[in-house]
Amino acid sequence: MVSNHKETRKRNRMNIIVCVKHVPETAEVEVTIDETGKRIKTQDLVFDINEWDDYALEEAVLIKEKLGGSITAITMGPENADETLRKCLARGADKAIRLTDKAFEGSDAFATAKILQKAIQNLPFDLILTGAQAGDDGYAQVGAILAELLGIPHATMVKKIDVKEGIVRVNRELEGGLEQVMEIKLPAVLAIQTGINEPRYVSIMGVRKAREKELKVLSLADLGLEEKEVGELVSWITIEKMFLPPVEKEAEILTGGPDEVATKIVETLKARGLI
Amino acid sequence: MKELFVLAEHRQGELRDVTFEMLTKGREISQKINADLTAVLLGHSIKEFAKRLAEHAKKVMIIDDAKLESFNAETYQKVLSRLISEHKPLLTLIGHTGFGVDLAPSLATELNVPLATDCIDLDFEAERLVVIRQVYGGKVNVKAVLRKSEKYIVTLRPATFEAQEVPAVGGEIVEVASPLSEDITYKRFLEYVQPPAGEVDITAADIIVAVGRGIKESDNMPMIEKLAETLGGVLACSRPVVDKGWLPSDRQVGTSGKTVKPKLYVAVGISGAFQHVSGMKNSDLVIAINKDSKAPIFRVADYGVVEDLFKVVPTLTDRVSKEKSG
Repeated sequence: MVSNHKETRKRNRMNIIVCVKHVPETAEVEVTIDETGKRIKTQDLVFDINEWDDYALEEAVLIKEKLGGSITAITMGPENADETLRKCLARGADKAIRLTDKAFEGSDAFATAKILQKAIQNLPFDLILTGAQAGDDGYAQVGAILAELLGIPHATMVKKIDVKEGIVRVNRELEGGLEQVMEIKLPAVLAIQTGINEPRYVSIMGVRKAREKELKVLSLADLGLEEKEVGELVSWITIEKMFLPPVEKEAEILTGGPDEVATKIVETLKARGLI
Repeated sequence: MKELFVLAEHRQGELRDVTFEMLTKGREISQKINADLTAVLLGHSIKEFAKRLAEHAKKVMIIDDAKLESFNAETYQKVLSRLISEHKPLLTLIGHTGFGVDLAPSLATELNVPLATDCIDLDFEAERLVVIRQVYGGKVNVKAVLRKSEKYIVTLRPATFEAQEVPAVGGEIVEVASPLSEDITYKRFLEYVQPPAGEVDITAADIIVAVGRGIKESDNMPMIEKLAETLGGVLACSRPVVDKGWLPSDRQVGTSGKTVKPKLYVAVGISGAFQHVSGMKNSDLVIAINKDSKAPIFRVADYGVVEDLFKVVPTLTDRVSKEKSG
């Protein structure tokens, strides 16, 4: 077979959609539950792109740099989620779409995937990337549900991507560090695991360029959806209450400043013959 | 009679622990709601597994097909959607594992059956299926209810329910013909890739100093390395440190890394999400240093220090060093 290099390159151009979520950063702060008992207090928390989505975005940019194509970042959320979309635009996305409506509130992973499907189904795409999960609710569902609704294949927990002609070869992370190599037909949805790449920092140039890029806002009606098709009504799961995990075992907290604490630890280690 | 399915998970010729954890939880629920417990086993040349499962479940449904030899969400989904549609189990339990997360959401979507993932408990309360899950990296628990349905799917977090030995049930083994006729169309399994063996085997160490997200910059790593060295231990870490490329993956403790059981485990700047804790909770002595007093790591630690690690660690290294030389 005679291959035409130019033709191949053109065919390999990838239209990529990245689904992102604007979430509070909670890894290193104390989290408290608000008076509704169904949410956490977020007013003092810093919001940013979901950690897994950050890697998905970077992967999209890497693929675009290699093969050419376009990146559209999509999120569902209130106005402040534009911060995350602006970040995507500054890092290399070409367009951004925010899906927002009062009726979307209370949507679980299934309802969210349904809304995303409506927004995505008429866009051109070869690849859809999502984070493997979100740092807030941790369902780890949206990518695979979205794929099923769109009638295309998926792979989750993806640690490596190699795009080939009409297919993609991925490594999926399993327990104990083992990886499973799968080959999947395009178009496909890949849910990205952290550590797949090194997300770049936003450049000043990127921020400047991002201001000129398109950020579209779409509502329930814009998507051709009805209230009864979204939100809590169609969700699989509804939160009844949040509570702090019961304490089964409590650590003895050593107090008294670094010096005193260090002394206490050394005494403990000595008593146990560890030093 | 109501029926409850447990999907047996196996990998590279071994039944996974999560299978027996699910059977234990499944048995408890099936007794409560008066349902039959069925283990569902998909694979190829898996008769030995079926015998073991029959000790735990009233029925073992076995689907033997060369196309099911290695886990592939596409083939598994085709078989399971058929079985669930035919047998209509009230509840299907699947492990919240690398396999389960690839399978359950698309399966539930195809069947239009409500799904709850990564559950740490579940129960039927007044005809409703209620689950307990963790959110925000294990800092908060959620009680949630599933939309009323005739069928449900739940993925269970591994290493959460203790697998119990029971007198052999002597369950019936039923072979079901594989519904897979056409070739696999979308997804193909190619191979497993083993993680490369590193220069240090952290599972053999008596003393481990593990570092997490709290270290902030790679430039701060030598400070922790020095503590590990002074204690005569090895340096390990939680996931974010490997993700950032500051330590190789063979130093990672947790579900996707290594499981360790040293005499001393010092956790520095590690919040203690489930994924990490499951890899170190059986250590003899755990000392945790973290500035968030509510960090989940303090629930598995023997001693806790609620302080800025950058103040505590150098002082501690210095003290240990003096003790050893004096």
